[in-house]
Amino acid sequence: MENIICACGHSNPYGTKLCEKCGRPLTEEGKQTKVVDMRYDGTAIRSKTYNTTFVDKIWNFFSSVKVGIALIIITLVAASIGTILPQAIYVNAPEPSKAEYYEKVYGVLGKLYNNLGLSHLYNTWWFQILVGMLAISIIVASLDRGLPLHKSLKNQRVKRHESFMKRQRIIAEGQVPNADETLDKVEQKMSELKYRVRRDGSALLAERGRFARYGPYINHVGLIIFLTGVMLRLVPGFYVDETIWIREGETRAIPGMDGYFIKNNKFILETHDEKQQGGEASQGVNVMAKNYQTDITLYKQPEGALPGDSDNLEKLRDYSIRVNHPLKENGFALYQMNYRLNELRQMNFNLVNKASEESQGQIEIDLTNPKKEYDLGNGSSVQILVYTPDFDGFENGEPQTKTSIPNNPAFLFRMTTPETPKGEVSFVEIRKPPLEPLGENKYRMKFAGAEMRNSSNFTIRKDSTIPILFVGGVIFMIGVVIGSYWNHRRLWLQVDPDGRVLMAAHVNKNMFSMKKDLDTVTTFAGLPPYKDQLDKPEDDNKSAKPGTKEKEGDSTL
Amino acid sequence: MSLIDISGNLLFVAFIAYLVATLLFGGSIKQSNATGKNTDKWGKVAIVVTIIGLLSQLGYFITRWVYSGHAPVSNMFEFTTAFGMFIVGAFVLIYFIYRVTALGLVALPVALLIIAYASMFPSEVSPLVPSLQSYWLTIHVITAALGQSILAISAVAGLIYLLKVVDLKKPSKQRFWLEAVMFFLVVVVGFVVATSVFNMMDYDSTYSYLDKEGKERQIDYNMPPLFGMNEYKAVEEHGMSPLVEMPALINAKKLTTVVWSLLVGSILYLLIRLIARRRISAIFQPFVKRVNLQLVDEIGYRSVIIGFPVFTLGALIFAMIWAQLAWSRFWGWDPKEVWALITWLFYAAFLHLRLSKGWEGEKSAWLALIGFGIILFNLIAVNLILAGLHSYASA
Repeated sequence: MENIICACGHSNPYGTKLCEKCGRPLTEEGKQTKVVDMRYDGTAIRSKTYNTTFVDKIWNFFSSVKVGIALIIITLVAASIGTILPQAIYVNAPEPSKAEYYEKVYGVLGKLYNNLGLSHLYNTWWFQILVGMLAISIIVASLDRGLPLHKSLKNQRVKRHESFMKRQRIIAEGQVPNADETLDKVEQKMSELKYRVRRDGSALLAERGRFARYGPYINHVGLIIFLTGVMLRLVPGFYVDETIWIREGETRAIPGMDGYFIKNNKFILETHDEKQQGGEASQGVNVMAKNYQTDITLYKQPEGALPGDSDNLEKLRDYSIRVNHPLKENGFALYQMNYRLNELRQMNFNLVNKASEESQGQIEIDLTNPKKEYDLGNGSSVQILVYTPDFDGFENGEPQTKTSIPNNPAFLFRMTTPETPKGEVSFVEIRKPPLEPLGENKYRMKFAGAEMRNSSNFTIRKDSTIPILFVGGVIFMIGVVIGSYWNHRRLWLQVDPDGRVLMAAHVNKNMFSMKKDLDTVTTFAGLPPYKDQLDKPEDDNKSAKPGTKEKEGDSTL
Repeated sequence: MSLIDISGNLLFVAFIAYLVATLLFGGSIKQSNATGKNTDKWGKVAIVVTIIGLLSQLGYFITRWVYSGHAPVSNMFEFTTAFGMFIVGAFVLIYFIYRVTALGLVALPVALLIIAYASMFPSEVSPLVPSLQSYWLTIHVITAALGQSILAISAVAGLIYLLKVVDLKKPSKQRFWLEAVMFFLVVVVGFVVATSVFNMMDYDSTYSYLDKEGKERQIDYNMPPLFGMNEYKAVEEHGMSPLVEMPALINAKKLTTVVWSLLVGSILYLLIRLIARRRISAIFQPFVKRVNLQLVDEIGYRSVIIGFPVFTLGALIFAMIWAQLAWSRFWGWDPKEVWALITWLFYAAFLHLRLSKGWEGEKSAWLALIGFGIILFNLIAVNLILAGLHSYASA
């Protein structure tokens, strides 16, 4: 592609809209308009220049702001669809029956929602592709525009051609008595207003806050770093997410954290004193929790120990894990996530003679680790034929358990006494009369108390992507603040020796503040009044009078 | 008088001050038709009264904070009241940049409605559940609310812009939707009126019902039940029985509240139309006819630019930091999180549309109103309808 030679003799790259040197519009369109498009300072933007090869087309697609906005809107709508019904992770049902839950609770809508995959929408391939496309769009659009803009801002000339200045939004033309004095005064005032002023003969360029133009590009870099961090989680080792239930008194290996053990010393649930709230307010309100806490001891295996070997553990420290106060160790964090109160730990039974109520002895069953047989020492013994921790009825005559947690323990005992050497079989369920499937027994197992304990649930999390996400977030914030709270203001001034003045001004946003600066400098240096070429005639109350009362707002106009 | 009573009185004073300031702003604009000089006086008095109200509400905020020991942003009443306060604060900030009195005439009524809405929720000081016991509660919620309030000012500017430009004499889509916005504001008044009236009557009926998982529960109605819960049975019923029974999926109590609000709001709206004999938009139009459109458009844009970074920081970044601490993951696709993200994406689209596609003026004004709609949706609907980790206001 050929370079474009401007009337001033400068050779511009193909696609340039405003001459890099003097600012003359180079396109027909530019020559026709009253106010030129200053968005990228008229530099050659790749996507606006080439559109022939396949790569060009892909590049142009992703660099298009229109496409970018469309992707934002599609992502936004998709994300909102995911909130119509709760996502599967928040559904209060065990994993295999979640589909059922959707249908049972939300009917046909729920079934459809789940079948379409909307119940885990944010993990679907298409949602992730959408976010990926958004990321590509951010990268391509930033490179496409950011680099040429940078080049152009760096190489700005002081002197611009009339046709450039007259096509700015703010212009002023007129006469001043003394050319040099005017230039000096403008330089003085603009410097006071913290502009960087450069002069070149009869021309002057005052510029302030150029770095604000980089804000959008900086925040896009931050976003990309953030999204990269999110994607890194898929790399093994970067992200650990495990969970553990541990009962009071137990010591267990921590999943995902090799060599570490944790002991649950005590789980504490504190509630707010209900009387404190007083009055009707607290009626019917559940007692409010004040604190969930597990006192734990953290252990580590000695060097070279076999995995899972819990002998000779080295105590690291005691800690109280609370909500908002996770235990942190070696990049891992343990969070208090859930608890179960009063879980059955041990049940005691007496083997008694039904007629005489005479006990043959007591057995103590550890519900997490029951023995097969308990010898009572006097010729009597009790065998556990079947143990279901969480009894859920019979299926084909076999007792079934719902979970492995002793919520509703049931036992099939064989009781052997000197009187009944062959043994009698009895099915015992908590709080129910015993069943005697093989005929009437002489003996029965009489419930003799139970011991309870609490258990705690922790999430074990290691997320090595957090520092990356944090850096991305900080860069994003810096960029967005720079781009939002600062603006790039420029004033071009040309005063010919005969006193003819041409002034133009540009600001990338916040024209209101620019006009304040212009008012100051116009008054101080006696410049001709400026006009805003975008002011529409119908708003032309008194406000459009250049540089007058606009800042005072509507009611005085 | 205990600290909490002082706190309540300060809030009341603030409410009255905002009300008076609204009238003064109206007066300042009316006066400006005659002579220019009076305007300044009225406008100054109006902004002074606004600031007195703001200081008084700040007093409410601080005394309540001292009394309860945590930042008063932990339930629907506290958060929404604070949101109203921040809107007034954002208005004062923008006012001192641009000095447009018409902003006050819209921003203050919006803040008044929000505070009135807030006061319909239980205002007892309640202790914090463990997950909220963190200084991040203060940091995250206050920054997020501040960002939302500044963004809300862009909707205020947008509304003023549209009131001026939309031709109310000819039927058009714009005229319809503008009046729809006005109607929505009246419905909020309807909610406040209905709730207050039934409150004063001490209305209370209790029903038992089966929830969506088939469990039996009880529910108290504080408004006469138009709709009954799934398989409801009266435990203690007053006045009327539910007219229609709803399936378990729908919370008939909330539906009852919505329908009562709509009913009362519609009656109010009709009364206003009958008395004024014109649209509500048309009632407000004379007040904005002298505003400088370009300036109002810039105010709208500027408030988005100022609010967007604050919102990002509070509603996304601080939120993620806290979520990582409290729930072990910085992001969990909880409905409130998703809607914060949606709000953020929406304003990102707004900025890109404005910068690259030149969506200024009317288009920008409508977008600002939609944005505020999303913020309100996140405040009201997500808390009350979509259950989640953030639904601290299930009352």
